[in-house]
Amino acid sequence: MKRLLALSLISISLLVSGCPDTTTHSQGVYMLLDSSGTYRNEIKRAQAIVNYLLGTLQSGDSLAVARIDSGSFSEKDIIAKMTFDRRPSVTNQQKRLFKQKVDDFVAKVKGSAYTDITGGVLQAVEYLNETGAGRKHILIFSDLKEELAKGHIRDFPIQLSGCKVVALNVTKLRSDNIDPRVYYKRVEQWKERIEAGGGEWRIVNDLERLESILAD
Amino acid sequence: MSAYPALQRKIAEQITRIDEDYRESTEMPVPPPDWVKAVDTLAKLPTRGDSWIGNILNEIHKTAAAQYKNTMEEYRKAVRVRHSLLERMMPYWRKLSQTLDQVDKTIIGLHERSKVIDSRMDEYEEIRKKTDKAARMLSSSAMTQFFISALVLLIAIGGAVINFNLIALPMSEMVGGGSYIGNFKTSNIAALVIILVEVAMGLYLMESLRITHLFPVIGQMDDKMRTRMIYVTFTILLILAGVESALAFMRDRIAADMQALRQTLATVTEAQPVNSWIPTVGQMVMGFILPFALTFVAIPLESFVHSSRSVFGSGLAGLLRLISFALRLLGNIVKYLGEFLINVYDVVIFPPLWIENLIRNKTHVGDVAEAIVNEEVS
Repeated sequence: MKRLLALSLISISLLVSGCPDTTTHSQGVYMLLDSSGTYRNEIKRAQAIVNYLLGTLQSGDSLAVARIDSGSFSEKDIIAKMTFDRRPSVTNQQKRLFKQKVDDFVAKVKGSAYTDITGGVLQAVEYLNETGAGRKHILIFSDLKEELAKGHIRDFPIQLSGCKVVALNVTKLRSDNIDPRVYYKRVEQWKERIEAGGGEWRIVNDLERLESILAD
Repeated sequence: MSAYPALQRKIAEQITRIDEDYRESTEMPVPPPDWVKAVDTLAKLPTRGDSWIGNILNEIHKTAAAQYKNTMEEYRKAVRVRHSLLERMMPYWRKLSQTLDQVDKTIIGLHERSKVIDSRMDEYEEIRKKTDKAARMLSSSAMTQFFISALVLLIAIGGAVINFNLIALPMSEMVGGGSYIGNFKTSNIAALVIILVEVAMGLYLMESLRITHLFPVIGQMDDKMRTRMIYVTFTILLILAGVESALAFMRDRIAADMQALRQTLATVTEAQPVNSWIPTVGQMVMGFILPFALTFVAIPLESFVHSSRSVFGSGLAGLLRLISFALRLLGNIVKYLGEFLINVYDVVIFPPLWIENLIRNKTHVGDVAEAIVNEEVS
């Protein structure tokens, strides 16, 4: 009888405490928001995507939202970042706080002179590697037109192994309308760059189907 | 046993007789003796003026009347005593009668049971003789048990699934929502473990109560140990039911919070929450009751385990019969196909063989004729 009870208690405690594996199943999402002059008007749509991410991500997942400006390889450009607590009740509070920060940013956003997408991607890789997430997503909400300030060096390979890069709402510029090949070339260049760095590339322009953003 | 009805009748007759005796014992007061009449007659004699004779007669009458009164009182007293004695005996007779009635009922029950035992013994004899009837009977009985217990187990599994959904979400509050064991969420496994522990405790409780007999070790324990086990398993079940009830309450709160967050994220005007305690209490009550309901899984489980051996055996025998039939059919097909092919081959090969034979015969006849000619020449 005593042996039976002891066995039951040990099995309960073993299974409840268990050997938890918190890294491999957690997700890390880093979203870059283009705040350059031409794209600033689109930022409200990004807000909906952030809300979708907040509703989708679970306890233990990490989320960061950063802006793309003239020099994006900087922690200062991170609007909000959070690794959600293991308890769902605390996670809900964190999500509310996160949403508030993003809403504040959207309300006060100012356009930047240049667009340093590469710097933002580098910052994203750094952050996601630090979180130790099992699945890493970098979402680029931009037209993918990079314009660097004088002296900024970004023409080098980026290490993106294990990262899935999703370009969202890649709008066509006026010049793209004149010659669509410019648009395709721009997208193709980014694809080659990401895949050369060991990452996976995908474009999602239909924002009505947000569930495809984090799809494997 | 066979002599019992006669015995019972005899006792009943005796009781009736005693009862009648008792009734008869309530006798009427005896009439006054004859000499009293004589005294009466003396008393009524005319005195004819002699006062002393009249006085004497009056005295005689008074004395006789007083004596008569005393005698009657003594008699009545004696009768009263006798009646009280008899009355005191009445409860014993009635008790005896009731006892006999009870014995009668018990004997009738025993008689019916003996009939059942007789039929069981007949079945046992059939089983020992390994007759087809016994095999069919056993198989049919096991099949019925198997399907009934399987149905009840399915219902129990449904209850367990509801129970799981009640406690899986709040368990993530305790063990963490982002941790995994293998490919499964730790919170889900923890919820499942709690339900399984409840089922296990239910099994032990049923074993301790000797309702089921899955673990002979528990059944063979002495009564004191078994009683202790009943208390321990019931206490654990009670605690787990309390925990589940609390988890169900927590689930209600977390679900409401999540719903509010989703509405905020969807930038929808927050709906007025249903300010009712009924769903919360309902969930809590369900969380408390389901562990005890799962306890009774032990009964169909035992039937399922016992009958499944026979049913799976029958199923396996049926499968083997089917395989043997298929193989026999295949063998026969192959055999007759072979014969058919030989016949077809015969039909096809017959003309060339016939022609060959014809040619060979002709050549042979020519050779023989040539040989005869050569012999004759030589």
